[in-house]
Amino acid sequence: MSAIGIIDYGMGNLHSLGKALERVSSSGRVLISYDPEELLSCDRLVLPGVGGVRECMKELCRLELNEMIVEAARSKPMLGICLGMQVMLEWSDENGGVAALGLFPGKVVRFPDPSPGTPGARLKVPHMGWNRVRQAQAHPLWAGVPDESWFYFVHSYHAQPADPAHVLGTAEYGHPFAAAIARDNIAAFQFHPEKSQNVGMTLLANFTQWSP
Amino acid sequence: MLAKRIIPCLDIDRGRVVKGVKFEDIRDAGDPVEVARKYDYQGADELVFLDITASAEDRPTLFQTVEQVAREIYIPLTVGGGVRSCADVRALLSAGADKVSINTAAVENPRFVTEAGERYGVQCIVVAIDCKRVVKKSPLGRKPKTEPPRWEVFTHGGRRATGLDAVEWAVTMVEHGAGELLITSMDRDGTKSGYDLELLQAISATVPVPVIASGGVGTLDHLYDGLTAGGADAVLAASIFHQGTHTIGEAKRYLADKGVPVRI
Repeated sequence: MSAIGIIDYGMGNLHSLGKALERVSSSGRVLISYDPEELLSCDRLVLPGVGGVRECMKELCRLELNEMIVEAARSKPMLGICLGMQVMLEWSDENGGVAALGLFPGKVVRFPDPSPGTPGARLKVPHMGWNRVRQAQAHPLWAGVPDESWFYFVHSYHAQPADPAHVLGTAEYGHPFAAAIARDNIAAFQFHPEKSQNVGMTLLANFTQWSP
Repeated sequence: MLAKRIIPCLDIDRGRVVKGVKFEDIRDAGDPVEVARKYDYQGADELVFLDITASAEDRPTLFQTVEQVAREIYIPLTVGGGVRSCADVRALLSAGADKVSINTAAVENPRFVTEAGERYGVQCIVVAIDCKRVVKKSPLGRKPKTEPPRWEVFTHGGRRATGLDAVEWAVTMVEHGAGELLITSMDRDGTKSGYDLELLQAISATVPVPVIASGGVGTLDHLYDGLTAGGADAVLAASIFHQGTHTIGEAKRYLADKGVPVRI
């Protein structure tokens, strides 16, 4: 029997992600766990996340999940979501600068803060709400997802992957930024598929069947 | 481009959707799960539940409602009303809420907003500000001097004046880590006379975080005004949707026709 492991390092809300994965996963069970061995026994892993990157990395290390993630990333299909995507890069500027997992070359930077001025015309931080994602390349995860679909975002920092070939999709907020990245067996979304209604469910369903 | 959000608000009392006028006169408006399902289908961008249940014993009913809704609906859900501690925040998030809205407890202890934001991420901390325009009495019937309008913050469901200036309070809350602000004009709430645009403008032009407009929607034009003249990032409405005056879809098409970016 196949299982999807959600990596639980004690931050944020895994309820809706777990429910969403259960709904779209036809055969597999969904396991929410912080036990590295249990997670390594799953066929595929999801690294979710909200909150600050320093606390996130601290908890991943304390629970010895960082090494497990790097090891699993060599072979298992893996999906990062939101902060879970950001920690997959090498470095984040958040919280004064934090070294991250380094599954993708590149770093994570903040959107520039808006200067007070005309209401409505300036870009607020966090980037919060529904934005369109332009698909930068064909990928099995995009199957059945129309180009320029709307996804739900909430974040103040965004990834800057060093290799443009890793960019799976972009969204526009002042400038285009990487909303989805992928290489080999690893993919990551800045938006929340579990909060993005039907297209989000399609993406998650695609992940549960992805065999890179 | 980021879409402007349309957010139906469900006031919840002991597991039922209700709607008051000017914070009083409560009327039953249906079952939360059914109402939430309907709005999701119509294309609501988020849902807000405000729990107005008075007694603490009925609190578990809210968690049940949140769980039921979160099981079926895959758009963001904000829950507010009586959120007073990090334990409350955690309980709501694990019941399935994506964000919590903090009101009275933020005034009583601004540090709470910071702590909740640090622990659960600022993106899930909405600070709700209920406020009323400060009306200056003119002595001996003389016309008062024209001064910029001011608004006072109220807590405890609009029953208690705080003496705080709403715009200053909004800035303070963002400094304390609020990820988003929900601004309700008590003067307009339930009146269907439109948002207090000056209030929205004053706050939206000052803070860096998204502002949700609330209180007073009666027509689709009011939504448009809130998002344009008011400068809000999202509009919250209850009665025009609950009473079936308009669907969310109609509202979005109306806004799209007038050039407002919305998710359709």
